[in-house]
Amino acid sequence: MSAATIDRTAAAPAGIPGRPPRRRSPHVGAYLTMAFATVVLGLPLVWLLLASLKTPEELYQVPLQWLPGSPSLDNYAQAAGAIPLGRLLANSIGLTVVGAGLKVALGLACAYALVFLDFPFKKLVFGLVIATLMIPPQITIIPNYTLVAGLGWLNTYQGILVPGLASAFGTFLFRQHFLTLPASILEAAELDGAGHWRKLWTFVVPMSTPTLAAVALVSVVTEWNDYLWPFLVVDHADKMTLPVGLTLLQNTDGMSNWGVLLAATVVVTLPILLVFLVLQRRLVAGLTAGAVSG
Amino acid sequence: MTTVVTPRPSGPPDAPSARAGTPPAGRPPAPRTRSRLGARRRRNALLWALLLAGPNVLLILVFVYRPLLQSLYLSTLQWNLGSPSARFVGLGNYAEWFSAPTTGRIVTTTLVFTVATVGGAMVLGLGLALLLNRRLRGRGVARTVAFAPYVLSGFAVGILWLFMFDPRYGLVQELLGWVGLDSPAWYTARPWPLVMVIVVYLWKNLGYVALIYLAGLQAVPQDLRDAAALDGASSARALRSIVLPLLTPTTFFLLVTMMLSSLQSFDIIKAMTQGGPLGSTTTLMYSVYEESFVNGRAGYASAVATVLFLVLLAVTAVQMRYVQRKVHYA
Repeated sequence: MSAATIDRTAAAPAGIPGRPPRRRSPHVGAYLTMAFATVVLGLPLVWLLLASLKTPEELYQVPLQWLPGSPSLDNYAQAAGAIPLGRLLANSIGLTVVGAGLKVALGLACAYALVFLDFPFKKLVFGLVIATLMIPPQITIIPNYTLVAGLGWLNTYQGILVPGLASAFGTFLFRQHFLTLPASILEAAELDGAGHWRKLWTFVVPMSTPTLAAVALVSVVTEWNDYLWPFLVVDHADKMTLPVGLTLLQNTDGMSNWGVLLAATVVVTLPILLVFLVLQRRLVAGLTAGAVSG
Repeated sequence: MTTVVTPRPSGPPDAPSARAGTPPAGRPPAPRTRSRLGARRRRNALLWALLLAGPNVLLILVFVYRPLLQSLYLSTLQWNLGSPSARFVGLGNYAEWFSAPTTGRIVTTTLVFTVATVGGAMVLGLGLALLLNRRLRGRGVARTVAFAPYVLSGFAVGILWLFMFDPRYGLVQELLGWVGLDSPAWYTARPWPLVMVIVVYLWKNLGYVALIYLAGLQAVPQDLRDAAALDGASSARALRSIVLPLLTPTTFFLLVTMMLSSLQSFDIIKAMTQGGPLGSTTTLMYSVYEESFVNGRAGYASAVATVLFLVLLAVTAVQMRYVQRKVHYA
């Protein structure tokens, strides 16, 4: 009774003639468990999409109606009427793109300095950057809020963006990658008279695309989903990001109008879900980086 | 920035002094030139370091270390958010926290939430990973579906599940009805709101745990399992005696990571219960937000934040002590 053998035969089509059913049974069980887990885990998202297309009568029917009778975008139109959904989407996209871009640039530049340049107190700088990974953001929130308020940055894009820009994760990941780059290539470039600027752009960056993609995608996800900070610094609807706007909608429409709230929820989640489905491998590599144990 | 105009070592102003420093024996001044070149390179490197690392380090100092220190200072003040006046109270805020009637409830809620989410995610995640590690068809789809919630906005996920849990029109009451159960009053009757929040947190983070475990499982050498199988070990026995021990570093990493993230979770609670009803879902993290930005007691909230910070620091210290060698930092 070898587990390994069973695993190997799994690739073969199910019904092998002459195979005693008793040996196949743990396999059927595994498939059933997997199917069950997939349905349970996936159902909420399917349900969300279906509900956002239903009319109020269909939503509040007992017993439940599973599929919308005639799918309509009414809920989306109503959500866009209650909060400036298009503006929020533009805010979220803009802040995510700019924020992620700056985070990548800051992390890349900082890691380059830490790996390829000699300067005094380098170890201290590295320690300072890495230690921020262990400082929980909430202890910084009250002082940062008073600073941002003092600067007159409440309800501004820079108020949302700047305090979160410091890149510890990106620096860490880029540094790890740079340490694996062959020193000989960079030395050859240096002998050819290449300065740091050229070395960075013609050698280091092209040799770091997987890390670039991972850091960029992780930054996109965190910027897009970031909630507490933008929620605190913005209360004008025209400066809100999508998750903050969802709070506004929840407070105004309450739970009396599920269809509208769920349509807005789809607008918040669908873009990042699509990014995930298209770029899954790179995104997962980035999100699970740091867990690499040796 | 004056270093930009550093003269070249061979430049006229330096040439005489270089010659003057040369011993009269007529030896070539090579070592001296090299050290000058070195000095130039060092200044050049310093300049580039300032340019490249400077912005990030500056941001870190201003928005991480400055607030960290200021928060410790604020915790010694009786100060309301936005108020021009503050009174120094020393450790008064900490004393108040330790004796406050709500503290016991908040600590218990935090403990229950953390143990249930971390423990649940670890056990279910390992189970899912063991399942997906078998060569089943369609396991890629299952993996994608399991991981997807992890990339979604916590607040949006909270709203979605609030609808799922609706005691009259939600999907959860429908499914409970299929097995003959009545829906509990998820929104209002303790302990159900806390259970609800825990379930949602598990749903969101399960895929992450499973994926990390899956990576760990794939590093378990197949010949070890084959050997165990040849020796007649059952798969349960092989799991307990071979797979789990080899997964210890992964388990420890996940335990610490999940504890840190669970202790800091906010979005889901904000969306679903706002810490209520009657404070039954108010965790330490949520009470920091509530004290500072709802009640305006920024000094007291800073003290609570410091307590939370010390808890997180303790978890991190344990990680540093035991995991450092197992996780690559450099």
